Amino acid sequence: MSQSALSAPPAQPAGVAVREQPGLGRRVAEAAEHSWRPVALLLACFALWWAIAAAELVEPYLVPSPGATLDVLVEKSDYLWQHSWITTYETLLGFVIAVVVGVLAAVVMVYSTTVEKTLYPILLFAQVVPKIAIAPLFVVWLGFGIAPKILIAVLIAFFPVVISMVTGLKAVDPEMLQLSSTMGARPWQTFVKIRLPASLPHLFSGLKVAVTLAVTGAVVGEFVGANEGLGYVILQANGNLDTPMLFAGLLVMSLIGVVLFVLVEIAEKLLLPWHASRRDASVTTSY
Amino acid sequence: MPSNDMTLRKTSSTPVPTKGVPAVAIDAVDVRFRTKKRDVTALSEVSLDVRMGEFVALVGPSGCGKSTLLKLVAGLLAPSAGEVRLQGERVRGPRHDIGYVFQRAALLEWRSARRNILLQAEMRRMPAEAARARADELIAMTGLQGFEDAYPHELSGGMQQRVALCRALLHEPPVLLMDEPFGALDALTREQMNVELHRIWRETGTTVLLVTHSIAEAVYLADRVVVMSPRPGTIREVIEVGLPAEREYGETMARPEFASATGRVRGLLGSAGEGG
Repeated sequence: MSQSALSAPPAQPAGVAVREQPGLGRRVAEAAEHSWRPVALLLACFALWWAIAAAELVEPYLVPSPGATLDVLVEKSDYLWQHSWITTYETLLGFVIAVVVGVLAAVVMVYSTTVEKTLYPILLFAQVVPKIAIAPLFVVWLGFGIAPKILIAVLIAFFPVVISMVTGLKAVDPEMLQLSSTMGARPWQTFVKIRLPASLPHLFSGLKVAVTLAVTGAVVGEFVGANEGLGYVILQANGNLDTPMLFAGLLVMSLIGVVLFVLVEIAEKLLLPWHASRRDASVTTSY
Repeated sequence: MPSNDMTLRKTSSTPVPTKGVPAVAIDAVDVRFRTKKRDVTALSEVSLDVRMGEFVALVGPSGCGKSTLLKLVAGLLAPSAGEVRLQGERVRGPRHDIGYVFQRAALLEWRSARRNILLQAEMRRMPAEAARARADELIAMTGLQGFEDAYPHELSGGMQQRVALCRALLHEPPVLLMDEPFGALDALTREQMNVELHRIWRETGTTVLLVTHSIAEAVYLADRVVVMSPRPGTIREVIEVGLPAEREYGETMARPEFASATGRVRGLLGSAGEGG
């Protein structure tokens, strides 16, 4: 391929809406433009926290200063890291199981009305039972290991996955399905080439909810009976009135949720570039 | 006319249509839909024969069952009474020897224009090499060059509809069914598409059944215009357009035959109680 052919701007035929590929500087500026407000709000919250602690409006054992919390984060980083890893592991395993089971259940439900009618009430029932209330029972059944934590994470994350996948599979354009049948497509071809890809944007919005819920599930499991994990760390710190450690645990836990959420978003952008670009294109610029 | 070896090759799959067999034969067809509240008769006693290579346009008020008629021919819908034959063969289920174009292009948004066209080949397991060549041919014929790698959301409505047309023509179907394909386009693009569709029809020799709301479009494109009555849909009249086969757009519009045919269609639709 000749260099000159590459460097020459391609002749753009009329009728194609060209998306501009902004340069790096422009993109950084745009990211800053988008994110300065939330960052400013976060900083303001920290400033308020710091001010309350510095003015000693509240006893330090009730609300520790940001400095004390930071000290704990640094000094006990090994301890926090070890327990964070356990919670992350439980969360991820629970999330993955929930996704696999949830997607399979959704596919079966969409293809069989009988299964859907049978499963749906049970699913709904499983969803309305407060998982936190049955968590102690799982500990009785499954012991103090990671099994009950994973089970609770699965149960909490499962519902949004099923609902979003069912919605996605049903949202396919009926004319597309008719077209597919005039093409003589086998059912599995229609599924793989049309229904499944069409459902992915819906699935991903469910996954984003599910992954943050999975963190909650794992921590709830640790609350009711564990000797490791961030839930255990927080419970211990609470018992010892060690609020700096409690705050540090909370911060790390939130961070895990945010990181997992962002990872799902990145996966979405990589797997569904067509969806992301269309969504970006539809954002209108206001004055 | 197919040559001898063609006949031998084709007998195994589809019966070779002989000259006298109409491409589409609709015989005394009724369609009734049962909804919770009431029964709706969409089509009543509809009979229509379409010759091989003929271009027939269906016009009529909204809800008169024009689209239903196309679905019957495609085998996407079963008639309540009567029968439909496609190339002499009774339609009993979704037919694979047709091309279908909807009002909305119905493109897969995660596929480029070319890969949307090639969906037809993938589903039919056509040889990849031949399918590619055929797709290139159609891309050139419809003026899609330079747009092959664009995604649907990057294409204008007219371009999207061209992609849908290419997809419908990829397997060289003997019958092309079009359900208001240009209904969502602006007037200028629509005229352009009419001219192109006319040229493509002349080049491919495909039998076309076109549902449209535009009287001018119907008369410009078709050999015969079928005017339907409001629900329950029946055929009011079939009008022979009587224009020459080769039609230049502006010149055709100015012809007296064009004026008399559009006038006749308009009169029929007007007396049917609703404007076209």
